[in-house]
Amino acid sequence: MKRVAASRRDFLRTCLAGAACMGMSSDGGFLRSVWASVPPSRSRLVIARDAMLRGGGAGISSGRLQNLLDRAMQSFFDRDTPVEAWRQLVRPGEVVGLKVNCLAGRGGSTSIPLVEAICERLQQAGVPAENIIIWDRLSSDLESAGFRISTGGRRVRCSGNDASGYEDDLAICGSVGSRVARTLTRYCDAVINLPVLKDHGIAGVTMALKNLFGAIHNPNKYHGNAGDPYIADVNMLPSIRQKVRLTICDATTAQYEGGPSYMPQWTWPYNGLLVSRDPVALDYTGWQIIERKRAERGMKSLEVLGRAPAYIATAADTHHGLGTNDPKLIERIEI
Amino acid sequence: MSSQARNAADRLPAPTHSAGEQIDRRTFLQATALPGLAACVWACLGGPILLHASPASEEGRFTVEAQFYDKQAYKKIKCKLCPRECVIDDRERGYCGVRENRGGTYYTLVHSRLATAHIDPIEKKPFFHFCPGVLAFSVATAGCNVNCKFCQNWEISQARPEQVRANYVPPRDLAALAQQNHCPAIAYTYSEPVVFYEYLMDTAESAHGLGIKSVVVTGGYIQKDPLKKMCRRVDAIKVDLKAFSQKYYKEIVNGDLKPILDALVTIRHEGRWLEIVYLVVPTLNDSDAEFQGLVRWIKSELGTDVPVHFTRFYPQYLLKNLPPTPLGTLERAKAIADAEGLHYAYIGNVPGHPGENTYCPQCRRLLIERLGFVVRKMDLHKGKCRSCQHPIAGVWQA
Repeated sequence: MKRVAASRRDFLRTCLAGAACMGMSSDGGFLRSVWASVPPSRSRLVIARDAMLRGGGAGISSGRLQNLLDRAMQSFFDRDTPVEAWRQLVRPGEVVGLKVNCLAGRGGSTSIPLVEAICERLQQAGVPAENIIIWDRLSSDLESAGFRISTGGRRVRCSGNDASGYEDDLAICGSVGSRVARTLTRYCDAVINLPVLKDHGIAGVTMALKNLFGAIHNPNKYHGNAGDPYIADVNMLPSIRQKVRLTICDATTAQYEGGPSYMPQWTWPYNGLLVSRDPVALDYTGWQIIERKRAERGMKSLEVLGRAPAYIATAADTHHGLGTNDPKLIERIEI
Repeated sequence: MSSQARNAADRLPAPTHSAGEQIDRRTFLQATALPGLAACVWACLGGPILLHASPASEEGRFTVEAQFYDKQAYKKIKCKLCPRECVIDDRERGYCGVRENRGGTYYTLVHSRLATAHIDPIEKKPFFHFCPGVLAFSVATAGCNVNCKFCQNWEISQARPEQVRANYVPPRDLAALAQQNHCPAIAYTYSEPVVFYEYLMDTAESAHGLGIKSVVVTGGYIQKDPLKKMCRRVDAIKVDLKAFSQKYYKEIVNGDLKPILDALVTIRHEGRWLEIVYLVVPTLNDSDAEFQGLVRWIKSELGTDVPVHFTRFYPQYLLKNLPPTPLGTLERAKAIADAEGLHYAYIGNVPGHPGENTYCPQCRRLLIERLGFVVRKMDLHKGKCRSCQHPIAGVWQA
């Protein structure tokens, strides 16, 4: 079955969310009545795994990772070839940002082979190298994860918000008021969100939704109350809501304890990728994966420890409408 | 001005304001068009201090091991500087954004990292009972440990240090700059001095060596031990008591009320000169009940001699939807404070209002007449009312 790149429900949801952040949400009754008339649709989530991703060794095989990515994208977009799949997401001439997560440094960050594989497919889909921007909050974070800063020439660009700066004016939505990175607001037409699969000592987990903390100038202000409702509100900011088109969660190496710092003793080779347009569904599913691993290792669940990621339910509520945390509404495809 | 100095000046950000002062430039100029105000006017028109320090180019120079933290397992640290007590993972920062865990050791990222510097009259802080008429060399770094929705300095207070232009000005140089600019006091202000604690303490020590006083303008969100240590190093503290309700502190400030009240008591017990600013925000902290609760608490816990400035709010930052504080509200607050027996209740940010003046609490003689930040008349004799000899609380000599 072929799917359109963006459904009417997604479009309506985006418009209403933007309206909410523009101060039209004072009448909650209006929004609730509109939402009630939009029946919930299922969110597609692909979980692609490869038991032989590391070829029996410790290192990831780039070839197998490319293949894994291709299968995930083809499955998500119902396409027969990877380039056809990527063309459902981006158009030639667009500038595409890849929002990686490099806070934890080498070992705990979005892996370079994955990013390379994505860059390869984007170029084949018609996005020239110089129109691809790998970005995160700080250039030093990118470098610590093994990326090389590059801001000129006909190459893939790579730099932090410290190089590109932030908008002067505040973007305000709900509990947050932040300056948004210019990489997002001015330079990118589309963003592909590339978080990692790991727990977080304050928020519970950090994946798709929290990765966008790297797009604002003051994320340190928004960890109170386990990041709730801040994480959801940040994702309501118009430039984020409108430009983030897809999340590919790097679950090649996942972490179930000690995050966001890299704690190798609490990682495991999940050898997978999670792909979705619905960041809530992805975070919810990722959380369940972590809980299962914790149970397997005889550890208390995040819920028991009082660290359940409450922000996920907030992101799914009718006010935010960022996605679904209802398993019945998640079309889960495991390949 | 030499071209080098001009270049240094151009690198500094636009003027910022002390908490308690939200006056627009036109009103201020009208209020202070008097001889001898050149330095004040120049400062408010955005004339930055001419720093001769080299520009900030190496992060390492600003990175100094922090004080007041505990090491925990797995390279985590627990900050003990403010009541938030952030538990911070390796490579992460606390709420304030200017202190960072690196491999299990905690560092301040803003030592000697001067983001702004101006010469202000000390009345602008405001200090009305501390060395009236002196100029304060007023400084700040980036960062803050709360997030007040009305912050007038949010562009530096809510920023991380790498987001704000700054110069490397180590403590000794900062003290020397104050001396060169004929400022008998250094004011640590604009953002939140608690978060640049180490820089403040080192600078205050250098300043005292030159006979320069140190005054702190703070929200008071600090733990007892570092506060006591600060009290022994500085000369006066002005605390912004944002409200007298925990609800307001939670929703508008993102902080807590009780630690601030505890800090006020500590400052009094330590014998530091203390003044309080209460920024009156319409509809949010302007009820008579709140004013009453506040002044009764001050009278009971701090005494009647602590000056309280009920200050007019102007729309800022995340509270642009509210109007400026009506004058009637400020007058009502002052009346409640006067009725309760507080000796020095003021109205702030209303230049020309008699509520800016100091009157003898005993005979009501006008002792200090002010217009904006300018002292027009001072009629004390050795810290006492010239008429009835009633001692007037304060520090009157620089």
